[in-house]
Amino acid sequence: MLGFGILSGLLILPLVGAAFILTLRGDSEAARSNARWAALATTIATFLLSLVAWARFDVSSASFQLVESHVWLTDTIRFKLGVDGFSMPLILLTTFLMPFCILASWESIESRVKEYFVAFLVLETTMIGVFCALDLVLFYLFFEAGLIPMFLIIGIWGGKRRIYASFKFFLYTLLGSVLMLLAIMAMYWTAGTTDIPTLLAYKFAPNLQIWLWLAFFASFAVKMPMWPVHTWLPDAHVEAPTAGSVILAGVLLKMGGYGFIRVSLPMFPDASLYFAPLVYALSVIAIIYTSLVALMQEDIKKLIAYSSVAHMGFVTMGLFSMNEQGIQGAMFTMISHGLVSGALFLSVGVIYDRMHTREIKAYGGLVNRMPLYAVVFLILTMANVALPGTSGFIGEFLTLMGAFRSNTWVAFLATSGVILSAAYALWLYRRVVYGPLDKPALQGITDLNRREIITFAPLILLIIYYGVQPGPILDAFAAPTDALMNSVQAALATVKTAAVAAH
Amino acid sequence: MYHAIVFLPLVGFLIAGMFGRVLGARPSEIITTALLFVAAVLSWVSFIQVGFGDGATRVQVAQWMSVGDLQVDWAFRIDTLTAMMLVVVNTVSALVHLYSIGYMHEDPHRPRFFAYLSLFTFTMLMLVTADNLVQMFFGWEGVGLASYLLIGFWYQKDSANAAAMKAFIVNRVGDFGFLLGIFTVFVLFNGVTFDQIFPRVGEFANARFNFLGIEWHALTIACLLLFMGAMGKSAQFLLHTWLPDAMEGPTPVSALIHAATMVTAGVFMVARLSPIFEYAPAALTVVTVIGGITAFFAATIGLVQNDIKRVIAYSTCSQLGYMFVGLGVGAYGAGVFHLFTHAFFKALLFLGAGSVIHAMHHEQDMRHMGALRRYIPLTTAMMAIGTLALTGFPFTAGYYSKDAIIEAAYAAHSSAGSFAFLATVVAAFMTSFYSWRLFFLTFEGTARWGHSHHDHQAHAPHDHEGVEHDDHSRDVEAAHHAQHEHGHHGAHTPHESPLVMLLPLIVLAIGAVIAGVVFHGAFIGEGYQEFWKGALFTRPENHILEEIHHLPGWVPLLPTLMMILGFLLAVYMYIIDAKQPAKLAADHPILYRFLLNKWYFDELYDAIFVRPAMAIGRFFWRTGDQRIIDGLGPDGISARVLDVTRGVVRVQTGYVYHYAFAMLIGVAALVTFYLFRGAH
Repeated sequence: MLGFGILSGLLILPLVGAAFILTLRGDSEAARSNARWAALATTIATFLLSLVAWARFDVSSASFQLVESHVWLTDTIRFKLGVDGFSMPLILLTTFLMPFCILASWESIESRVKEYFVAFLVLETTMIGVFCALDLVLFYLFFEAGLIPMFLIIGIWGGKRRIYASFKFFLYTLLGSVLMLLAIMAMYWTAGTTDIPTLLAYKFAPNLQIWLWLAFFASFAVKMPMWPVHTWLPDAHVEAPTAGSVILAGVLLKMGGYGFIRVSLPMFPDASLYFAPLVYALSVIAIIYTSLVALMQEDIKKLIAYSSVAHMGFVTMGLFSMNEQGIQGAMFTMISHGLVSGALFLSVGVIYDRMHTREIKAYGGLVNRMPLYAVVFLILTMANVALPGTSGFIGEFLTLMGAFRSNTWVAFLATSGVILSAAYALWLYRRVVYGPLDKPALQGITDLNRREIITFAPLILLIIYYGVQPGPILDAFAAPTDALMNSVQAALATVKTAAVAAH
Repeated sequence: MYHAIVFLPLVGFLIAGMFGRVLGARPSEIITTALLFVAAVLSWVSFIQVGFGDGATRVQVAQWMSVGDLQVDWAFRIDTLTAMMLVVVNTVSALVHLYSIGYMHEDPHRPRFFAYLSLFTFTMLMLVTADNLVQMFFGWEGVGLASYLLIGFWYQKDSANAAAMKAFIVNRVGDFGFLLGIFTVFVLFNGVTFDQIFPRVGEFANARFNFLGIEWHALTIACLLLFMGAMGKSAQFLLHTWLPDAMEGPTPVSALIHAATMVTAGVFMVARLSPIFEYAPAALTVVTVIGGITAFFAATIGLVQNDIKRVIAYSTCSQLGYMFVGLGVGAYGAGVFHLFTHAFFKALLFLGAGSVIHAMHHEQDMRHMGALRRYIPLTTAMMAIGTLALTGFPFTAGYYSKDAIIEAAYAAHSSAGSFAFLATVVAAFMTSFYSWRLFFLTFEGTARWGHSHHDHQAHAPHDHEGVEHDDHSRDVEAAHHAQHEHGHHGAHTPHESPLVMLLPLIVLAIGAVIAGVVFHGAFIGEGYQEFWKGALFTRPENHILEEIHHLPGWVPLLPTLMMILGFLLAVYMYIIDAKQPAKLAADHPILYRFLLNKWYFDELYDAIFVRPAMAIGRFFWRTGDQRIIDGLGPDGISARVLDVTRGVVRVQTGYVYHYAFAMLIGVAALVTFYLFRGAH
């Protein structure tokens, strides 16, 4: 229990890689190349290590595993790590996506190459940290620390309006996190600990739950992002370099959903039940509103960013439906969306690298010169509109089913998202890929090169594989979902008893 | 064996799709076609085993998902209904593959085309073999994807891309209902597998279900929602607008997807779910009425269309309405039988039309055809057989199936049934008229194609019905390729198609002639029970197929009479007095325009759905996001922050990362400080 285990290894490994890159001298082409290769090697090693963790992980158990605990700030605030079925797949998603980000930055990043890769490796540590922290303070630290490298990635290596976007990003998220910090302190005063497993068993008074829930909600809703605090995301995406977008959509957005399932739902079940209608309303608005907004976008990345907001609406809706289909579907949507939107941003990066514009109008007829790209983009588009047989379908179907079980209106309105998503995604595809290739600037555009093929192949294979065989991921969620359902139902029962007693 | 039937087309798709460029066009064609023929032969074997033996079974392939009570498998449910669909799908698909070798021989993207065809076949097979609603939905959307890809096959054509998108999105509207229907069924039965649902339907005969705040009869709302999916896929009234546009795709695609197989998926679905629909009489009434309206309304539009494929497309739409009428009045056997026979003669008509278009160098406008009988006699003969079968000439396939539906509508003795009876009888008259109109315009009369084939202007004064030329009605890209070929073809003399195209026509023609005689006993007659073995469920009090044998003598004769009248009118208007149509159109300009423009549905939907959606989207973006949310929130604040930080950044130019590490430490210090204070 007390030694440094595999999870510490996952946290330290990227930092070691970052430290190594910092020791590289000079800014010669050789040093840059070494930095790239070192970053790639580090992320691959981290991914392999996470696979080892996965191999040692027992999916049938709902308890925390691979737990390690070290003395840290005080006796009660400890450096405690561990994973359960909810967090393990998210860690794998993170470590899996990182090598692709490094590959995507191979040629497109030309200035401050070393610093760029250092920022990414630090970011990886913080992301893994969020998913395996078993102490709220540690969780908070990683949750907020992740902001900084992302802020820098957008602010330094971003597009024209990068300063605006990065401050918008920072402002929004910081605002939420202040409230979260207050809530953590309140919990510490009440329960005397910040140890997550202990807090999971602790019963907060219903009144206090309401306030704590709201404070955490402020932070998680921004991260998600939920309507109406979503407007930082499109700007951040548009300005971020490709790999930044991949991580932003693939992993950072999942922290909000993970926070809901790690903190809000199990620790404040009464408040979660109380606020479920609010979350439903915001989710449904997000799905319809942002899908309509996506329809009218003129910038490819913005369109995909808005579609991410809509997909996150499915996640929050599923989580607060509080039944097996909804919760497991929401978790699955997070994983699937990580793969699909990550790959979509990579595919936008492909044409951005060639043409240096993201205007939809600048493209058209790409299929004529880029048949392979057309295939890749088609599969990803179909996964984005949740075509059965892709991983996107499993999540959307399950979350809608979960919502339907608890409220038919919510499901009815949210299901209209399947029509709208088809509309914006296919219209984008038609404008970018189909048609005659008559724009002079596009005449020399080249199809995917070998590095790009290597990048997309595993992503696409996984998207289809998990669409047909979602079992490996869904099974991991099953045990903790059962545990969560039990605790929520217990809360529900007490509410009912209280109501009966009050009469 | 069932693994082979379903997965061989998938293998073909993967080979042609992934290695088509390496293999080249001809090997791709041969591999996909050969695999499909194997699957087709196996399908007939299974059809005989299951339908006339005892081969019904369930084949488990793999688990799909398992979440709480929801258990979904990849599995095949093989019963007579499935076996029949296997035969229809694989036979038509194999023939269309073969036909396409000839039809597409000028196209540079043949491997892609054959890959798509095989992909379509695979997903369609998944649909018809589904053992649960979710797998059916997989196939349902999968055929939607294949249809999207094939309609937009000529991706340089803007109209084709628009049509492909429209098809997918309109189908998604139907799928919206389908999904909600699946959820309703799951909530009621706690399962989505047919074996879990069908035995327990009786328990829920009077159950109530609250949907959107209204207490519904549970099975009725479930059926209505599911039927919405069927309406989309089968292009029924209100959700039909995509089907005529889908004719932008290559003609073999129209034959396979938009006539014989995919569009009948809705009919298949209702038949498959007959155990549920039987307990939802209100839903069946809706099915009947929608079917009746579609049969009538699509036929009226078919009367005036000038594009040869569009006439057949509206005919398909109308015939699908017939099938739903059959299902709606409880005569599932009749509806499914019409699906079966229709697959033969409608595929025949489409492939025949393709042969005509091929002969005419990709001309699709009937106003520029005429007198083709002398040039392409075999195609003419095959088209004649198809037309006879469609219009219900005695002892052809359509005669048995279509007349059975009309009789069943009469025998239903309900107001919906009477309405459907009236609609289908009138539609039968119109069917006969527009089918023979098509035939006469194309094959008889004077040749209107001779000079300046590609010059639209020259044609304008001669336009048959005085309407400007519709530029969308030709395969632009194909025509482009065809132009290169004109040197070889000499003058624009129409030429008979090659053998690979004629062979499928002949096979289908045989089917169109004999399918009715051979199978009507099994599908709707004395062999009903032994053949279906419960695959089509009817409640004990449903005797409709029995009753159609005891109708007043005039009822069975009426459809035949309608067919003769329609034929005679067509003869009069297009052979005897060819001035009549133009005169009639000129005399009733409003009605003519109304029909020619398809009852203005496209314009209506554009005005009430498409444009408002875009306007709202723009409003949400510009006003909602940018002005209200950003204006009140971050922009106001960040404007101030920016003022400050610009100064900071200027001071620290080049050292932003130092600044960042300072921030990291700052945040950590802040946290520690607060927590220590909290701890004491």
